[in-house]
Amino acid sequence: MSLLKQIAPRTILFLSLVAFIGMGLPDAYAQVDTFEFESAEQQKRFRKLSDEFRCPMCQNTSLSGSTGGVAEDLRREVHRMIVEGMSDEEIEQFMFDRYGDFIFYKPRLTSQTVLLWFGPLLFLLLGAIVLINIWRKAGKLNSVQVSDELDGDDRRRLENLLAESRAQQSATDQTEDKN
Amino acid sequence: MNRLMAFLPVAAFLILAVVMWRGLYLDSKELPSMLIDKPMPAFELTTVDDVSVNNELLPKEPFLLNVWGSYCLPCLVEHPTFMRLKESGEIPIVGVNYRDQQQLALNWLEDNGNPFEFSILDESGRFGIDLGVYGAPETYLVDSNGVIRYRHVSVLDEQVWREVFEPAIAELRSEEAAR
Repeated sequence: MSLLKQIAPRTILFLSLVAFIGMGLPDAYAQVDTFEFESAEQQKRFRKLSDEFRCPMCQNTSLSGSTGGVAEDLRREVHRMIVEGMSDEEIEQFMFDRYGDFIFYKPRLTSQTVLLWFGPLLFLLLGAIVLINIWRKAGKLNSVQVSDELDGDDRRRLENLLAESRAQQSATDQTEDKN
Repeated sequence: MNRLMAFLPVAAFLILAVVMWRGLYLDSKELPSMLIDKPMPAFELTTVDDVSVNNELLPKEPFLLNVWGSYCLPCLVEHPTFMRLKESGEIPIVGVNYRDQQQLALNWLEDNGNPFEFSILDESGRFGIDLGVYGAPETYLVDSNGVIRYRHVSVLDEQVWREVFEPAIAELRSEEAAR
């Protein structure tokens, strides 16, 4: 009994560690299909392609991660095309002809997807332009020479104010002394 | 010039706000079909009644191609509309029985009524892939030459019929009459 108590926490720790590591592996959520390939290279291509195609039904899952019916069919098609010796480009074209740009997690560069590809760069450039303008304005402000010398009138006003406050100060000091 | 520049951030904000506001109401589930204005993919299959069919046997007038399955609950929602169209003879409807089992499909038609001229049996979903189908129900409008003109994803109820299909079919018919 005490042995069980000793082992149990360790086992739980071990199992949760395994589960935790498993979460990081992309294959942990892949659908299990029993496809047969002629070579390890074909299997690798199948994995890569079904990770790159998006399931049209479930939107935010790749073909490899989706349980959707159409994803199952498309995985079967990808397998068929690989075994029949079609190239990756041909398989991508097959998918594109039927499902359009949507099927690619990494859309092709066309006139319609230019903004998608380079939009972020455009915004980065805009931001940079704004930032540079702000810096340049700040630089101009710093370089303007501001004299801290007071002219005659201001100096006299300052001296008067100081003299006034000194007189007030000594008056209050005297009243405090009397008390 | 500087005055105008001061409004630039406001303008940028407004543009972004409009774009994002629109984005909130876009239906990302409705993907554009790649087959619009393309001929229906070639097929050599059987109907659910075991009769061989191919492209030659499709109606020689505008018709609807409805993708359905006995497992598909939304198909039952649009079913009364198709039954009404069948009874009034407004437009022929061809079915694609997608990823279903033949016997279940036959039972479904028996139980609910059969609005289709015939239903193409696509148990494997392979014909669906050629059509770019990603799940039942989907409905295509096909013209007399077998060219796909429009695709509607999800339920085609009376409202969709009135607002989308009726005008589209009227336009297609007048276009074909003018030829």
